[in-house]
Amino acid sequence: MIGFLQNLVDALSLGSLYALAALGVGLLFGILRLVNFAHGDFISIGAYALIVPSLEVTAQLFIGAWNWTLMIPTITLIVVIAALISDALVFRPLRRATAPTLMIASFAVSYVIQNGILMIYGARPKAANLWSGLNSAMMIGDLRVPLLQVVTIGVTLLLMGGLTLFLRRTAFGVMMRAAAEDFRMAQYLGVRGNLVIGLAFAISGILATAVSLLYLSQTGTLSPTMGVPLALFAFVATVIGGMGSLIGAVVGGFLVGIIVVMLQAYLPQDLRVFRDAFAFAFVILILLVRPSGIVPTRAFIERV
Amino acid sequence: MQPTRVSLLRRFWPLLALCAGITVVVGLGSLLGGEQFQVTLTEMLIRMIVVVGIYLFIGNSGILSFGHTGFMCIGAYAAAWATVDPTWKQMMLTGLPDFLQQNQYPFLPAVLAGAVLAGAVALILGAAIMRLSGIAGSIATFAFLAIVNSVYSNWETVTAGTSSIIGVPNVVGPWVAWLFVLATLGLAYAFQVSRFGLMLRASRDDEVAAKSSAVGIVKMRLIAFVVSAMIVGAAGGLYGHFLGILTADSFYLSLTFVTLAMLVVGGVGSLTGAVTGVVVVTIVVEVLRHMEAGTMIAGANLHLPQGSQEIGLGIVMALIMIFRPSGLTRGREVPWPFTPAARRAKLKAVRAA
Repeated sequence: MIGFLQNLVDALSLGSLYALAALGVGLLFGILRLVNFAHGDFISIGAYALIVPSLEVTAQLFIGAWNWTLMIPTITLIVVIAALISDALVFRPLRRATAPTLMIASFAVSYVIQNGILMIYGARPKAANLWSGLNSAMMIGDLRVPLLQVVTIGVTLLLMGGLTLFLRRTAFGVMMRAAAEDFRMAQYLGVRGNLVIGLAFAISGILATAVSLLYLSQTGTLSPTMGVPLALFAFVATVIGGMGSLIGAVVGGFLVGIIVVMLQAYLPQDLRVFRDAFAFAFVILILLVRPSGIVPTRAFIERV
Repeated sequence: MQPTRVSLLRRFWPLLALCAGITVVVGLGSLLGGEQFQVTLTEMLIRMIVVVGIYLFIGNSGILSFGHTGFMCIGAYAAAWATVDPTWKQMMLTGLPDFLQQNQYPFLPAVLAGAVLAGAVALILGAAIMRLSGIAGSIATFAFLAIVNSVYSNWETVTAGTSSIIGVPNVVGPWVAWLFVLATLGLAYAFQVSRFGLMLRASRDDEVAAKSSAVGIVKMRLIAFVVSAMIVGAAGGLYGHFLGILTADSFYLSLTFVTLAMLVVGGVGSLTGAVTGVVVVTIVVEVLRHMEAGTMIAGANLHLPQGSQEIGLGIVMALIMIFRPSGLTRGREVPWPFTPAARRAKLKAVRAA
């Protein structure tokens, strides 16, 4: 029983990361119909911005060594600017393009960012020690809960609550929801398209920053492709959750986290290396049973 | 009306023109080019097979697939299992079945067997996912790619895992690849002008209308998916016998990106586009690679920093998508050159209107 609860805590904390990443992907998809492959690379940018740019093997904390009250806003700003630049340079000229074209364009952006990081920081993975104090654990009965996991789950809940409040209570939030419902109609009613899309990119940048800081303090390693697996699981989460639905993205994120952790825990020893294969096979299975996701949105109902 | 000889020629003109063009390039290249050039040429031809194979599915069905690199991986490993020296296999690949472990098969059956295995996997996968349209379908193929990569990089006893398969016979040069390119082009063109191809294209342009005209969309997609997986699987076999060494990670995101880039740059809508894209992107990458290696100007070694080749490719691709969204060929085939000038002008006017 304790073993299962322990796994559940792990699943919730991993699921939080996936849910945050999936929210970033889902937000852009809802408004722009863009499946943003580059979201994983926004996460990498957030992590790499912490260290001194150099080709050396050992990473030296730069912004990462600052006090966290200053460090978090700075990193967020950097990632948000990167997201806005990618919108301005690539996605804005492609506003009228089809979904597959946008998808490939974001693939191109991702490829450029990855190789840009490789050019500046070198290809080899680097170790970086962020917030090592969070690795201490607290005991709840027999359950051992690392502080970092509590922080991860807490931050996720906080950001999700904040995002919900923003979308429900502010004028900009209402505009964004209107645009996600029917972009053209919202524009007719006076919603400024580029403003809403810019906001969506900015928010997805903020979410990406949270993932990169939490993920880095969990793993302690940086590599130019570190965001790729996160982005992959985030897509999968948005798709099985129901593309375009933010609740779906969160549900999908936690579901994927639970699947991955439980497979890791309960697969037989010699099949454990194939954990990701099983996880993705599971995803295909869910897609087959519910092609429009767990929480289907109106965007996917075909109109003739 | 009975098809006359001219109209038949005209129907297959794009195919003939492409084959002739490629033959001239390979002929000139193998006569005049140096050793390095031959290697580049062979790699380009193999990629052409891959891209034409992917085109056969994506171009005709309109569903973006990220999974074809996975089929390439399957074909490459299957062919290598057959042709690698048995003593090495018995030492390293202990999980292989006996008939593969004890024997060594010739190159051609090995490549074909790889294609068949890729096709069989595509049949099983496709039967499941071909009813998914649009983004759900694309993500499912992505999940497949991730599965293949995870399995092939961790199945130590069969794929040698992270330590690669070495000693694959190095038998593929420009002319072998050329032969496969011609066969692939013929197959892809025959498919797209066949009634299967037409039905699939109809479903791409308007799914609902095609369905109501009695097009069995899932079946058409499945046929295209399996044929294209077999082509790409064969290309994988060729690639292994060109490199001489196999690692699972060389069949992952980077190769997926390059091949999709080639297709998009040339134009997803036509066979000519697929071929053009491969040639153009290869030239761009080669130029950038040379600039990365550096040139000596006035005693100073001027070169671009490492990674600029990939960044350059990404930028070129983004520019083409922004300024020519339907690719360099705009989804058209090689035009028939013998249309009278007056008629051509009229056609142009019609098209403009």
